[in-house]
Amino acid sequence: MELTRRKMLAIGSGTLALASLTGLPAFASLTDEAVSALTGGADLGEGAITLTAPEIAENGNTVPIEVDAPGAVEITLFADGNPVPNVATFKFGPLSASRSASTRIRLATTQNVVAIAKMEDGSFQKASAEVKVTIGGCGG
Amino acid sequence: MISRRDFLQVGMAASALLGTSGFGNWARLAAQQALTQDQLLEFETFGNVSLIHITDIHGQLKPIYFREPSVNIGVGDNKGAVPHITGAEFRKLYGIADGSPSHYALSSGDFAALAKGYGRVGGLDRVATVIKAIRADRPDAILLDGGDTWHGSYTTWKTQAQDMFNVMNALKPDAMTFHWEFTLGSDRVTELVEQLPFAALGQNIFDAEWDEPTELFPPYKMFERGGTKIAVIGQAFPYMPIANPRWMFPEYSFGIRDENMAAMVEEVRAAGAECVVVLSHNGFDVDKKMASVVPGIDVILSGHTHDALPEPALVGETIIVPSGSNGKFVSRVDLDIRDGRMMGYRTKLIPIFSDVITPDPEVAALIDAERAPYLHEMTEVVGQTESLLYRRGNFNGSWDDLICDALLSERDAEIALSPGVRWGPTLIPGQDITREDIFGVTSMSYGQAYRTEMTGAFLKVVLEDVADNIFNPDPYYQQGGDMVRTGGLGYRIDVSKPQGARISNMTLLKTGEPIDPARSYVVAGWASVNEGTEGPQIWDVVESHIRKLGTVTVQGNTNVDVVGA
Repeated sequence: MELTRRKMLAIGSGTLALASLTGLPAFASLTDEAVSALTGGADLGEGAITLTAPEIAENGNTVPIEVDAPGAVEITLFADGNPVPNVATFKFGPLSASRSASTRIRLATTQNVVAIAKMEDGSFQKASAEVKVTIGGCGG
Repeated sequence: MISRRDFLQVGMAASALLGTSGFGNWARLAAQQALTQDQLLEFETFGNVSLIHITDIHGQLKPIYFREPSVNIGVGDNKGAVPHITGAEFRKLYGIADGSPSHYALSSGDFAALAKGYGRVGGLDRVATVIKAIRADRPDAILLDGGDTWHGSYTTWKTQAQDMFNVMNALKPDAMTFHWEFTLGSDRVTELVEQLPFAALGQNIFDAEWDEPTELFPPYKMFERGGTKIAVIGQAFPYMPIANPRWMFPEYSFGIRDENMAAMVEEVRAAGAECVVVLSHNGFDVDKKMASVVPGIDVILSGHTHDALPEPALVGETIIVPSGSNGKFVSRVDLDIRDGRMMGYRTKLIPIFSDVITPDPEVAALIDAERAPYLHEMTEVVGQTESLLYRRGNFNGSWDDLICDALLSERDAEIALSPGVRWGPTLIPGQDITREDIFGVTSMSYGQAYRTEMTGAFLKVVLEDVADNIFNPDPYYQQGGDMVRTGGLGYRIDVSKPQGARISNMTLLKTGEPIDPARSYVVAGWASVNEGTEGPQIWDVVESHIRKLGTVTVQGNTNVDVVGA
């Protein structure tokens, strides 16, 4: 069989060549810019927001991400290694019973997923998680 | 609490017997006469609860040889910590005499000579004898199978694991968890699990579509034993869809999911569990980290990375008990559970010396019945070996060198790649190589040997990617196998560097020239996780190669230069 590089990459969940050869957060600055734009440069607190993501993606094309920030009016997700880091913004009204959301996102490569919550008092909270995208191999 | 010294006394009965005998007293007579079944089983029953742990049997019904690794590098916080200590250093750490039974069972060094003296290990009929003896002491002992059971042999392949299913049922386990079982494909796994007369556990086995728990694999089971309540929580191998072909079980998602593990611990405690046991296929270093992150676990019965330690590791108040592989060991864990907590423990890693432990006749007959239909074809002699053929080690084993040679010559390739799995019995010099022996190191449901072209740049990506799955300093990013084995390709690896910077000096061995990132190379390999991989089965490739050789001799492999360890 002709196992093409394209096939390996496709099944190996994303453009890992980029990941492996250039290392982490190639586009970190893009995310930083976007976060600054969102927060106006305000300080970012931690601890009131929880981000749940797999350590290693089973499929880089659809990675389950869950975020929970009681008291948030808005939560924005960024993927700092994607060509366009902004992923989604969730807005919560005063009647929202819980301030949490789960979705699936595509990750081009091993990278950090960053969540920024805008709280009811106007302050901001940040959480991030590194998600590895790999071609895998054989364990055990 | 039991002191480390007590552990050594109860856990190391085998070495104590011949503790002063020194090197050289390993004649078969010594093994058979000086070492008795009673001594191997000797155990002062302790507390009120007994656990029996066996894991990573990989289809090995019959006694085998199994050499432990001489290279097992730890990184990050685990640098220099067990199980990343091997050979003479391992024996020194635990006070094991050179040439003793424990040397042979637990560490590498002089393996071929010791194997001739002490004989084969394992065999599920011997394991049955040990389990029965423990149950005679403690009739309500809980038997737990850590998974990688329904995989790894000629008969397991031919029967789609019906052989292991039948024999394990005769041992009457109370629960199991999973890894390679899923490579039978989700239909077959479902079919077998639905018939299991015991619990199939996995708090981290989720439905892939909705990312929610499954009905088939509950997270835990509660046991009432010894006047107390014990919860056993299952933890399947977290990275199955990455390390093994996802397309074979697309309905399932895994992951470590330690938040859910913590929630399950809280749930079982709230339901009255006084003792929380995790039956884990995480791998040892991942278990250590999990014990430090998730509060409230008393015991982790650890599988996947095939480590065998004579005493448990302690992380906080959690004990971690790794019980080896291939049917070579059974762990007995006695616990004193009182007043809502674990007050003490006593453990023993029992090596299954097959010449010392009497086979259980019923299970022996059952094993022979499972093997009978295939006996003629699998015992056919394909060749002989003059060299020790083993697999374990971070970078290469002589079995893999032979498999890579087979791929290079039978598939006419410049470079061969062979997966860094940790299962597969050992052959000692002078042994016949049978078809069953070849299946012992190759049997799997995706064994097609592909032939393709890869550029030098892509080969580096592959090596870097696999290396990070082993040497990432954070255990949660490790998958627990060993480095992909290479034939025709030499390289240098600095295990202390980050991903992308570990691999250098890649060399095409045939010409001695550096690998050109832009050039395409003909690569043969097997065990691709890609759907639709085509090629002959790897065991046919290896058999054909060995038949041409007649007698196998494998030279030492010096093609991987390891630094930074």
